[in-house]
Amino acid sequence: MAETSLAANVKPIAAGAHVSAAAFLGSVPVFALGDGAVLLVDPQGERRIALHKDAAILVATRAGKRLITGGDDGRVLAMDAEGSVEELVHTDGAWIDALAGRDDGSIAWSSGRQVSARDPQGTIKHFSAPSSVRGLAYAPKGYRIAVAHYNGATLWFPNAAAPPEVFAWKGAHLDVSFSPDGRFLVTSMQENALHGWRIADKQDMRMSGYPAKTRSLSWSGDGHWLATSGAEACIVWPFKDKDGPMKKAPGECGARRVKVSRVAFHPKALVIAIGYEDGWILLCRLADAAALLVRKPANEAHDPVSALLWQDDGRRLLFGTSEGNAGVLVMP
Amino acid sequence: MADKIPVTVLTGYLGAGKTTLLNRILSEPHGKKFAVIVNEFGEIGIDNDLVVGADEEIFEMNNGCICCTVRGDLIRIIEGLMKRKGKFDAIIIETTGLADPAPVAQTFFVDADVEEAARLDAVVTVADAKWLSQRLKDAPEAKNQVAFADVILLNKTDLVSSEELREVKARIRAINPYAKLHETVNCSVPLDAVLSRNAFDLDRILEIEPEFLEVEEDDHDQHHDHHAHHGHHDHHDHDGHKHGLKHYHDEEMQSVALSIDGDVDPEKFLPWLNRYVQTEGPSILRTKGIVAFKNEPKRFVFQGVHMILEGDLQRDWKPDEPRRSRVVFIGRKLKEDEIRKEFLACAA
Repeated sequence: MAETSLAANVKPIAAGAHVSAAAFLGSVPVFALGDGAVLLVDPQGERRIALHKDAAILVATRAGKRLITGGDDGRVLAMDAEGSVEELVHTDGAWIDALAGRDDGSIAWSSGRQVSARDPQGTIKHFSAPSSVRGLAYAPKGYRIAVAHYNGATLWFPNAAAPPEVFAWKGAHLDVSFSPDGRFLVTSMQENALHGWRIADKQDMRMSGYPAKTRSLSWSGDGHWLATSGAEACIVWPFKDKDGPMKKAPGECGARRVKVSRVAFHPKALVIAIGYEDGWILLCRLADAAALLVRKPANEAHDPVSALLWQDDGRRLLFGTSEGNAGVLVMP
Repeated sequence: MADKIPVTVLTGYLGAGKTTLLNRILSEPHGKKFAVIVNEFGEIGIDNDLVVGADEEIFEMNNGCICCTVRGDLIRIIEGLMKRKGKFDAIIIETTGLADPAPVAQTFFVDADVEEAARLDAVVTVADAKWLSQRLKDAPEAKNQVAFADVILLNKTDLVSSEELREVKARIRAINPYAKLHETVNCSVPLDAVLSRNAFDLDRILEIEPEFLEVEEDDHDQHHDHHAHHGHHDHHDHDGHKHGLKHYHDEEMQSVALSIDGDVDPEKFLPWLNRYVQTEGPSILRTKGIVAFKNEPKRFVFQGVHMILEGDLQRDWKPDEPRRSRVVFIGRKLKEDEIRKEFLACAA
């Protein structure tokens, strides 16, 4: 199906452990790994920094110029592109389950039901969710954090006296994401479905029909589309209209007989990077579903793509897999 | 793909000795590394193993199955543990004394990601020989744990008389005649009695005969031929049995074992079984069966937890093996007469 290949533009990297997340710190690609290390790929070569010793990095994200990592050792660390590390939190071993970061350096993390937010000045506020938290997201505007938990999501305002705003929907909610224009809140659910709310009036939206859980959500740069994993194609929901995807059929691209595990919308074009459970990666154009091959492992194996991330200018794509393979695609 | 990680679930009422068993498993020189999911840190001292705190969060699934609950925290923890795959060999889950084992077990059948990564090996229940009889009267949780078990450690046997021991064993067998029962002091058992049991593996469901007979050495000659029953309940109220092994009938929790000496019609049997667990699922804790389908050379084996059933054609019936169809249900207030009638109507 993919007649043209970009495989020659991919530089493979042996990460050696589960790739939990990838990020660019400035122009430096970094990979956060399940063995507790971070792999920094700067022009001089690869550097491996043992960040969480004898532990795993469960979650990682970029906040400003630093990579924030959360481990099963109960620590939250921040590392810059030079590799210098600051410990932000050290609990007594409670896992850091979810993490969110913002360009201004704000970060939020959760451990069980406890959610904490640290603003760029270093002030930390706390919030106790009704049940264990699986997902966190910063709102595009305002100092608001969406918290996904059992039976719904909560919008928390760490610096305001306003009480948290509850968006209720029965079931276990996992990942959470705001549309880039801030109009919609979307969660993925235990029951192989997405749930959405129009934030203004809490209008519910159900997006179901997935054969597996959706664990990867990515918005198009213009905010009109939401690409999702969890099916044997990338399912793309239209969010341009005021009712979002209601009564509209989703689009799909990159259909194969293998489930999609990660998706990442190109920041500037309607092109989606799609990672599959067998380690394949395709680039698909939304308009006509035309596909370009990025990665096709030599051996057929179960090695889900577990991290997929574009540089902000869309020139490079980072990927990593569950079995410890990684790489950088440089766009032609 | 790498092999699935085996998971052992330790249950038992407060004070029965779960932590003793856990420490024993961890401290034996087996060379294995465990990931241990516990509810309270502190009492386990281990350097080499991973210890994870859980919070026993029960999630209802929105799938129209009312008894279909899972442990949300386990789904999250197992997902996290898989990020350091290769660093441990097995998972042990210690539940609280008041926990229902069903949501734990169901997590391994309902959540596709968990099922892909891990397999439930067995539910091991530690019971206090001195207090279990009392707990079975006043604590529904204790009864659940015994009914659900694949392996029961009847612990602290040094604190009871042989008469009390007989009594508590009879009470356990009235509820669950199928679990492997070990009498222990300080949970002292060989590790292979509790680990690598494959109790949920369809390929290993070889026999589902009750275990009335593995009692004290001196009771070996006791005859109680359950195999002879035809479509009958396998346990009875026997008073004054000549060897003194009392048989109780538990008013609330029972097992119903039925057999047909011959084939069943899959066109009748499968719809009946599915319908039965759908309607009676909340009261059925465990289900197992080995069935001969008409014109089918392979054995059909199945097992289930509440409404969740899984079954498959297994190996061929051996030439010298009688084609018998047997099903077993363990549950609460099971309607035995109705089950028997409907099962017998499935005969080919």
